[in-house]
Amino acid sequence: MTIDLPLIWAGLIAVAVLMYVVMDGFDLGIGILFPGFKDERDRKVMMNSIAPVWDGNETWLVMGGGGLFAVFPLAYSILMTAFYAPLIVMLLALVFRGVAFEFRFRDPRHRSFWDLGFAGGSIVATVTQGIVLGTFVQGIEVDGRSYAGGWFGWLTPFSLFTGIALVCGYALLGATWLVLKTEGELKARAVRIARRLTIGMIVAIVVVSVWTPQFNLSIAMRWFSWPNFAYLAPVPILVAVTGWALLRSLNRGRDLQPFLLSLALFVLSFSGLAISLFPYIVPPTVKIWDAAGPPESLGFLLVGAVVLLPIIFGYTAYAYWVFRGKVNADDGYH
Amino acid sequence: MLESLDAALLARIQFAFTVSFHIVFPAFTIGVASYLAVLEALWLWRGRGTYLVLYRYWLKVFALTFGMGVVSGIVMSYQFGTNWGPFADRTGPVLGPLLGYEVLTAFFLEAGFLGVMLFGQKRVGKGLHFFATCMVAVGTLISAFWILAANSWMQTPTGFAIRDGQYIPADWWAVIFNPSFPYRLAHMVLAAYLTTAFVVGAVGAFHFLRERSNEAARSMFSMAMWMATIVAPLQLVVGDLHGLNTLEHQPAKIAAMEGHWETQRGAPLILFGLPDMEAETTRGAITVPGLGSLILTHDWDGEVRGLKSWPADERPHSPTVFWSFRVMVATGVAMVLVGLLSLYLRARRRLATTGWFLRTVLVLGPSGFIAVLAGWITTEVGRQPYVVYGLMRTAEARSPVDAPAVAGSLLAFAIVYFVVFGAGIYYLLQLMRRAPAPLERGPEPGLPQRAAGITPAQALEKR
Repeated sequence: MTIDLPLIWAGLIAVAVLMYVVMDGFDLGIGILFPGFKDERDRKVMMNSIAPVWDGNETWLVMGGGGLFAVFPLAYSILMTAFYAPLIVMLLALVFRGVAFEFRFRDPRHRSFWDLGFAGGSIVATVTQGIVLGTFVQGIEVDGRSYAGGWFGWLTPFSLFTGIALVCGYALLGATWLVLKTEGELKARAVRIARRLTIGMIVAIVVVSVWTPQFNLSIAMRWFSWPNFAYLAPVPILVAVTGWALLRSLNRGRDLQPFLLSLALFVLSFSGLAISLFPYIVPPTVKIWDAAGPPESLGFLLVGAVVLLPIIFGYTAYAYWVFRGKVNADDGYH
Repeated sequence: MLESLDAALLARIQFAFTVSFHIVFPAFTIGVASYLAVLEALWLWRGRGTYLVLYRYWLKVFALTFGMGVVSGIVMSYQFGTNWGPFADRTGPVLGPLLGYEVLTAFFLEAGFLGVMLFGQKRVGKGLHFFATCMVAVGTLISAFWILAANSWMQTPTGFAIRDGQYIPADWWAVIFNPSFPYRLAHMVLAAYLTTAFVVGAVGAFHFLRERSNEAARSMFSMAMWMATIVAPLQLVVGDLHGLNTLEHQPAKIAAMEGHWETQRGAPLILFGLPDMEAETTRGAITVPGLGSLILTHDWDGEVRGLKSWPADERPHSPTVFWSFRVMVATGVAMVLVGLLSLYLRARRRLATTGWFLRTVLVLGPSGFIAVLAGWITTEVGRQPYVVYGLMRTAEARSPVDAPAVAGSLLAFAIVYFVVFGAGIYYLLQLMRRAPAPLERGPEPGLPQRAAGITPAQALEKR
């Protein structure tokens, strides 16, 4: 038996993307919720809760992009061109929100401007990521080895909906992160917001699930043919159970549970997507094996990934451990 | 045809613009990270409070610069795909894993320990905190290793085969340690150290000129001058070796740098002149006979190839390369002179009391950035018209993106970068204008800077 390198790498890239979505998801979520919290003490707590970790979270985005370039160069080349406008807008939005972490504390006179950059950058970055996701699910027009669609191919009612849905999802991650990291009135507000966002997220998952098979026949066939239907049936059931458990844990005032359960909602949605789209890396035409680089490249980088990823997980976990516990405005990390 | 040409030029301008903005930050953070590791080590070892004051002073500058380096760097990792899709498709198998290793070995390491380094001083022990600082410093160097391996491979590609139009790695050792890599890596890391040394030296000089009793300012000035004394002359030697390597592998770049059009023995050194691509000559050249051959071949009578020995469409744009090279060399020579002068003044115990010298170093504060940018312009414009030298032309590497889309994104980058990084550089200057105070503290996200140090007891206890 030979090792199926493209398959392993597709799995690793999927993990990197999922890591990015949930980790940068909660710190982008803090940015999305930022305008709702006017009090400077609250804002400091929110910023402090993510300041030591956001940079590591965003590194997964570079890992996803860099990994795609390394092992699926054809997919990288097609997708980057297809998502030209939303990607550039996303990168610029990330620039604004990334510098806000430092700038808002350096320049009190223009704090409101950098706060706007932080919130606006987070929201815009999330919307564009959602649009990219929606376009990806809808399928990308390819001719030969390049993108063949138009410059506004990413702009459809469905992609706009996924853009908004992702804002709701990241905000939920952000809100449950606040539940975990804060106390008192701030936590109580985060619980109330998280409750509403949970409902919103479940609605969004349902709408996407009903909408997707309408335009994508191959996904519809995959979902509703026997025996796939039996294998896939647990996913919606698990989503319903998780959503219910999430609401319950919020009502009971738990700290950690809501965050873990909203992560679980993301993992479930993500795995549902992965099952639906596999084995296409540029749906609906390019499969992972067509887009993969040569085995020399995949094998070389795999050695590094196998050795280094566990180490990376180790020290990332350590960094989170160092900053464990509740945060507040005064004694944060000083 | 005209439109595709314009789009190609716009895409090149966009890459040049985003990468030039980006390189300024790592060029500085590589040096500052190492400097911070040295300062913290000295503090732990000698226990002198000045080192802790300096550590905390430069940590704030580092945090701000690093943040800007990160966000401008994320843009770079997507630039290959957006505007240069065919390049990404064809070189991905070789360059992709190098960048993949950069992410795995450097970016995660830096990001993982940066939080502890910036905010963890009260959360972890002194030893662990020092370890975090070292990991961040090592991360910046590992990052330089991989990205320069990738760039060098594009300049002097080796260790590959071509299959279905893609470059396929045949020998990873040869890919990474390609002929120009060791020289480029050494040249760039030394450049980063020099850049930092001159910024630190200028800041030290500035505060020392304002307040002669500022021990921290005197100390940083002295440390920076040691770096200049040792590293600047070393850089001259490495630069010369790098040039000889370029002559061997990319002679057209050297010809464009030197403004030589005719192939000749005993070639003169052209000090100044105006290379004219149309007329195929360097106008108004001020020359030193024979010296060109001596420098390039280390032989008065060595043969030096001129640009005319390449077809017109294989020649890099000589005026750009000619002048950017001179700017780099002039800046480098100034740095060497400062380094040697500082040694002389130090030996006579007048280093800190010579006003004109302090003011000279202050003026040379940004010299490292100028030299780094000029050097990169020289090497990148000098390898044109190729993106992978001798194999893939820049024109073939471009995505089929229309000119208006490239122009629009370029405009967006320009506006956002000038606003964001303009403000960032202003904040950096503000930080450096503040004198290092005896109770210097680390970055404190929760509190505005000036209201911070109200508990001197705690700060003293830290010593």
